[in-house]
Amino acid sequence: MFRYTKLTLLREVGLWALALLFLTPFYFLVTTALKPDTELFTTSALAPPTSPDFSNFVDVLTATGNSNVVMGLVNSAIITAGSIVGLIALGSITGYVITRSTRRWSKGAYYLFLIAIILPGQLGAVPLYMGARSMGLTGSAWGLIILYTGMLLPLSIFLYANFFRGLGTDYEEAATIDGASKSQIFSKVVFPMMAPATGTVTIFAGLIVWNDFFTSLIFLGGSANQTLPVAMYYYIGSLVSQWNSIFAIVIVSMIPILALFLFAQKRFIQGFSGGLKG
Amino acid sequence: MTATMQPKSEAAEAPRRGKRTPGAGENTRPRRGPMQFGHWWWALPGIALVFAIHYVATGIGGFFAFTNWTGIGSFKITGLANFEAIFKDPTKLGALSNTLFLAFGSVLLGNIAGLVIALGLNRVLKTRYILRTLFFMPVVLSPLATAYIWKYIFDFDGPLNAFLAAIGAGDQAKPWLADPQWAIWTVLVVLVWSSTGFAMVIFMAGLAGVPVEVEEAAAIDGANLWQRFRNVTLPAIRPAVAIATTLGIVQGLRVFDPIMALTGGGPAGATETLATQVYKQAFALGNFGGGAALALVLAAIILIFAVLQQRLTRSNPED
Repeated sequence: MFRYTKLTLLREVGLWALALLFLTPFYFLVTTALKPDTELFTTSALAPPTSPDFSNFVDVLTATGNSNVVMGLVNSAIITAGSIVGLIALGSITGYVITRSTRRWSKGAYYLFLIAIILPGQLGAVPLYMGARSMGLTGSAWGLIILYTGMLLPLSIFLYANFFRGLGTDYEEAATIDGASKSQIFSKVVFPMMAPATGTVTIFAGLIVWNDFFTSLIFLGGSANQTLPVAMYYYIGSLVSQWNSIFAIVIVSMIPILALFLFAQKRFIQGFSGGLKG
Repeated sequence: MTATMQPKSEAAEAPRRGKRTPGAGENTRPRRGPMQFGHWWWALPGIALVFAIHYVATGIGGFFAFTNWTGIGSFKITGLANFEAIFKDPTKLGALSNTLFLAFGSVLLGNIAGLVIALGLNRVLKTRYILRTLFFMPVVLSPLATAYIWKYIFDFDGPLNAFLAAIGAGDQAKPWLADPQWAIWTVLVVLVWSSTGFAMVIFMAGLAGVPVEVEEAAAIDGANLWQRFRNVTLPAIRPAVAIATTLGIVQGLRVFDPIMALTGGGPAGATETLATQVYKQAFALGNFGGGAALALVLAAIILIFAVLQQRLTRSNPED
């Protein structure tokens, strides 16, 4: 019935045209980043560079101070990985307990987390900053890891709780009958089964933390431990309309996440669509 | 962290008798009634962290909404004065209408575009997975990086004006981001560009759940393309529509990063939103009380729409 007809071919060609139009911003990004300073204002914005060079990229990668991009890459990687570990550990166990518990408070706890997802962060930002400063957590990667874990934990718990809802208790009952303890059941039986939920949490949290600008700007303010978006922000702040240099750093900042996405795109897309059904 | 929360003695407590003894199932249950899984106190670290970071901090921030605190030093409780000021200030009222315009505009256009692409990619296309990857790409980029790219495209010396000149419409060229009438539309374009792929993926997942047989049967019965979409596809993907729109609206109402990087709220407040105003009042202008009051209004609006969306989805028959 649904065969590949001439009409399908037309649809395919049309969608490719749309996709190319959709992705033209990337064309401008790459061509402009390769233009030397002398060409920036002499060639048309639409034209590719006549003599492309990589000097803008060299400048970006050798920048120092708080726009040190290499340092920013390392910091962003540490903070993102640490937050993901925290979110998986706390999110899975909390989501598990509040779903499986028959106690009355567990439903209340579920709504506590649900409402926390939609509270706007700005309201608590100043009190949080003051609290973190008094505990010596500002300016360090540890402080940001704890902060991101707390900020995204409601989302993580929500995703895990939704996953447990759809999972029967058969395996856990069988393991209990076989004499496994509660902690053995969680670590050996339940945790391996929720790999899809863990994948979704990793992708969501990883993207949000990696791309976040506002929180790291405030909580790392002034320190040498900048994350990538903040390093990019400072680097661009010193440039006015130097679009070739600006785009060089934008490309550098995009490469890790884009490479990861293209490498594991199926997982990414499954994570996005799978975590949100339900 | 959780590893330290599990007592070592746990394994010793577990009943050891009746391992896989046939017919012994009833006696080996450790407790009467429904089985209990996990200890309730395993949830405590998570609850404590969420409570501290979300509720205590937000509560303190909410308290300052009723004061004239500047962010440092002493303060006085001023009751509802901050809220009265919001509804008298044209900039903040403008920010409110901009926020609603951007949230609903981006959700509507992003979802329509996402649905059209998802329908186009659905079934038999040979390159559907490559195309899906390409359309999804903007979603993984940081809002900051995305905004810088578009800032150049809308720049007076940028590609958009160069393109207009090339097709002989050079008189239409304008400084898009600095034009009070057009600036908000440029923000909308950026938001739609970065959210279309997300909506597309949700719709593709929803469409994959529509059985081929039902669609085929409708086609054989003589239903045209529109009737098939209206009566077969749409009812089946209604849950996907609900999720995509709810998330889009909550995200859209909070929009911050792209605006700060694109226009900074300008020109003359034409692209201010509630989130950028909250930031400016609380962090830049030393009016933390006013900023907190505005954040409270924003929180209330988000909550209202989230609950409304939930209600609307619940009342729909889902099958």
